[in-house]
Amino acid sequence: MSINPDQIIKFSPMHRLQWEEVQQKDVILYPEGMVELNQSSAEILKMCDGTRNLTQIVSDLEQQFATTGLVNDITAFLEVALKNGWIQQK
Amino acid sequence: MAGSNKNNITPPRWLLAELTYACPLQCPYCSNPIDYAKYQSELDTEDWKRVLTQARKMGAVQLGFSGGEPLTRKDLPELVKHARGLGYYSNLITSGYGLTEEKIIELKEAGLDHIQVSIQASSQELNDHIAGTESFQHKKEVAHLVKKHGYPMVLCVVIHRENIHQMPQILEMAEELGADYLELANTQYYGWAHANRDLLLPTKEQFEQAEQIAQAFKEKVAGKMKIYYVVPDFHEDRPKACMNGWGTTFLTIAPDGVALPCHSARELPGLDCPNVKDYSIDQIWNESKAFNFFRGYEWMKEPCSSCDEKEKDFGGCRCQAYLLTGDMYAADPVCSKSPNHSVIQEAIDSARASALSDHEKPLIFRNSKNSKKLS
Ligand code: SF4
Ligand code: SF4
Repeated sequence: MSINPDQIIKFSPMHRLQWEEVQQKDVILYPEGMVELNQSSAEILKMCDGTRNLTQIVSDLEQQFATTGLVNDITAFLEVALKNGWIQQK
Repeated sequence: MAGSNKNNITPPRWLLAELTYACPLQCPYCSNPIDYAKYQSELDTEDWKRVLTQARKMGAVQLGFSGGEPLTRKDLPELVKHARGLGYYSNLITSGYGLTEEKIIELKEAGLDHIQVSIQASSQELNDHIAGTESFQHKKEVAHLVKKHGYPMVLCVVIHRENIHQMPQILEMAEELGADYLELANTQYYGWAHANRDLLLPTKEQFEQAEQIAQAFKEKVAGKMKIYYVVPDFHEDRPKACMNGWGTTFLTIAPDGVALPCHSARELPGLDCPNVKDYSIDQIWNESKAFNFFRGYEWMKEPCSSCDEKEKDFGGCRCQAYLLTGDMYAADPVCSKSPNHSVIQEAIDSARASALSDHEKPLIFRNSKNSKKLS
């Protein structure tokens, strides 16, 4: 599954992204399961709020962290996220 | 006792709230204890709210409202709302009996995250026979309504000898109903299922065939439906890593407030499982005898104690060891290294003989009358 760079990405309504105080981690919750996220994955997913496409997510994150060259990492992670149903493109 | 080193204790992540033993259905594989009828008292709303608050504070995040049939509790929406406010991801584990569209909407508004509906078989006749109650059409309707109101829909089918031949139709039904998740739970032989084992345990050939069909289907629906296949451990040669390790992840609270490290731990002798009316969840989880009983590895006997696989399966299931060998410290007899491993083959042979006999004894249905008679 690949990401269309022009299409808006949004987090799946069938999952929940949430900060867990005890674990000091963001997690994804879904029926019978939970995935613990590292910080960069969590930051990428928080950008998937239904207002941005891939290109915008990359440029917003690069700006936020004052860096460049994130496109490959972000794309690869979002492809995994799409395959797992954590995000949607519609 | 092992695990008394507090630093090694991980916090609970999953909380199973068994709100009641009351249930209009009579499934002969029900995981409730055989003698459930003698536990009449139920925690009240305030007790449950306190339990939810305390467990959440410790780190519990996945929450199952179960039973019996949790819908028989009038305060369910109130508890769901409380749970949502605390940040739980909550699941209603229901037979669907008594679930109306109004209730589905009410629970959604209260903050319920998903609903798991159990269906006993893919045909009305068999479903209603196994459930001991006419319920098939309504369950299908409920499944549609769950979808309609935007919940992820989890369908659960418990698999045993009476329905295993319907595997293709069960999968078809799940697809037709639009299930997002399908749990194919091969019966685990505790509680009522233990009492009915001769009638429920399929043959190895039946298992293998059903598994093959399910596996092929899994590939076909990949990306659309997620399938959880609970393995039938009687036909394996290593036990399952029960509860992900005793007192590491799971916390069950029974209807009367007894806290259990696993939902059948009530059957084990001498654990003195604590009650949430007397202790906080923190005390129960960290300090109680019951939760420390099988923590770590020190309690183990041979062959487990010197086994290089003990960190993988923790010696298997304590309840299964107790039910089948009479010794709760023994290796789970599913393990081929267990000196009692032959009891598994005996169980399989006995079930096969029962299947072939002309005078198969009838299933014992889970109801109060049978519960009183058997306990
Ligand atoms: S397994 Fe069947 S009888 Fe037992 S609580 Fe669930 S629906 Fe009721
Ligand atoms: S001997 Fe015990 S620890 Fe080793 S594999 Fe068997 S059950 Fe597991």
